[in-house]
Amino acid sequence: MKEVSEPGTLCEIQIMAIKPKLHYFNGRGRMETIRWLLAAAGVEFEEAEYLETRKQYEKLIQDGSLLFQQVPMVEIDGMKMVQTRAILNYIAGKHNLYGKDLKERALIDMYVEATMDLNEMIMHHPLQPPEARAKHLASIIEKATTRYFPVYEKALKDHGQDFLVGNRFSRADVQLLETILIAEECKPDILSKFPVLQAFKARISNIPTIKKFLQPGSQKKPPLDPKLLPKVMSIFNISNE
Amino acid sequence: MAGKPKLHYTKGRGKMESIRWLLAAAGVEFEEEFVETKEDLEMLRKDGALLFQQVPMVDIDGMKMVQTRAILSYIAGKHNLYGKDLRERALIDMYVEGTTDLMGMIMFLPFQPPEEKEKNFALIIERATTRYFPVYEKVLKDHGQQFLVGNQFSWADVHLLEAILMAEECKPDILSPFPQLQAFKGRISNIPTIKKFLQPGSQRKPPADDKFMAQEP
Repeated sequence: MKEVSEPGTLCEIQIMAIKPKLHYFNGRGRMETIRWLLAAAGVEFEEAEYLETRKQYEKLIQDGSLLFQQVPMVEIDGMKMVQTRAILNYIAGKHNLYGKDLKERALIDMYVEATMDLNEMIMHHPLQPPEARAKHLASIIEKATTRYFPVYEKALKDHGQDFLVGNRFSRADVQLLETILIAEECKPDILSKFPVLQAFKARISNIPTIKKFLQPGSQKKPPLDPKLLPKVMSIFNISNE
Repeated sequence: MAGKPKLHYTKGRGKMESIRWLLAAAGVEFEEEFVETKEDLEMLRKDGALLFQQVPMVDIDGMKMVQTRAILSYIAGKHNLYGKDLRERALIDMYVEGTTDLMGMIMFLPFQPPEEKEKNFALIIERATTRYFPVYEKVLKDHGQQFLVGNQFSWADVHLLEAILMAEECKPDILSPFPQLQAFKGRISNIPTIKKFLQPGSQRKPPADDKFMAQEP
């Protein structure tokens, strides 16, 4: 298959045959939500050679592959897409996981933006200086249990449907499940006060594509080994200040 | 017909400003209710008006919408400023996320500790002139069209203009290496709805008061 960087230069059949290719390091970071969504949509994807050195990352930049010199980057449908939300929006739209109209989209967007806020807090936890860690963890748990989870608990309770929006599986369900699981890694009984979310978790986990993604050997990534953190930070020049 | 959208936020730019810009660009009249004290915010929370206890909140079409991007996407979609198909949306999303990152850096500057400000200011200028503006300069140069995406006015154009003006407040000649962007700025500023928003007395908000912004009156 020829390498393309221009949209519209492949015919439909070729586009459908090429799996999306993810460019990132071998960890969750900002790519994980994208892995989740592709998996949930039943889309097989490849991961390019993992970025393990600053040199590899700089090469991607020099090749002109990274629009704003950043990863995540996903090669998909003839585009080299960057910016996590742009990528997620595209995948969701393409695979009918974004509601049936503007108002359902709006609701889905509100829900996923909040899960991404919580994810971001959790993602930043290992970057906290040691003396701030306990307080930061407490803040994550507080936000999860008083600001975010109560909203989804109520939404599901009020309409009594299986899915968050429009009585249909959407990215909101996928992203909420992802967030629930990483919150449980912070505090295993974090859902103890949320019976409806517990049922939701079980239900969504049993969807065949998701069930498959949750099994060992899938492309789901484990939490970052704290020993690897300095190396990851050096690849992307992230400082701890 | 629903009433005018009602914006709930502080009197400053913050995260609401991009929403003001987009509504104005779309020619949508809107009202504002300002959160001026902690009590104002608590009142909104107690009323159950804020889904995640946060502002911005925009009361629009029977929804109390929160989350900046959700609100912007809704407005863009409703007013045909989001491209004609999924691929144009993808481009618009990429471009808007880029300008969001840049404006986020600028927005955050007044909240930095004094010893970090100079360093972060320099980083803003560097990012604007080496990471972000070159991309939009090239896009416009390559296709030679008036607008960033699909030869049609979109959210991406509004957002880029907002980012350009904000960056110029940091460094007035910041566009000097970018002739395409200079022309773009002139062009988009002249769109009637935008021209109106740029005039004194509009609902556009002034920059946060910050002595550090190297700005000559």
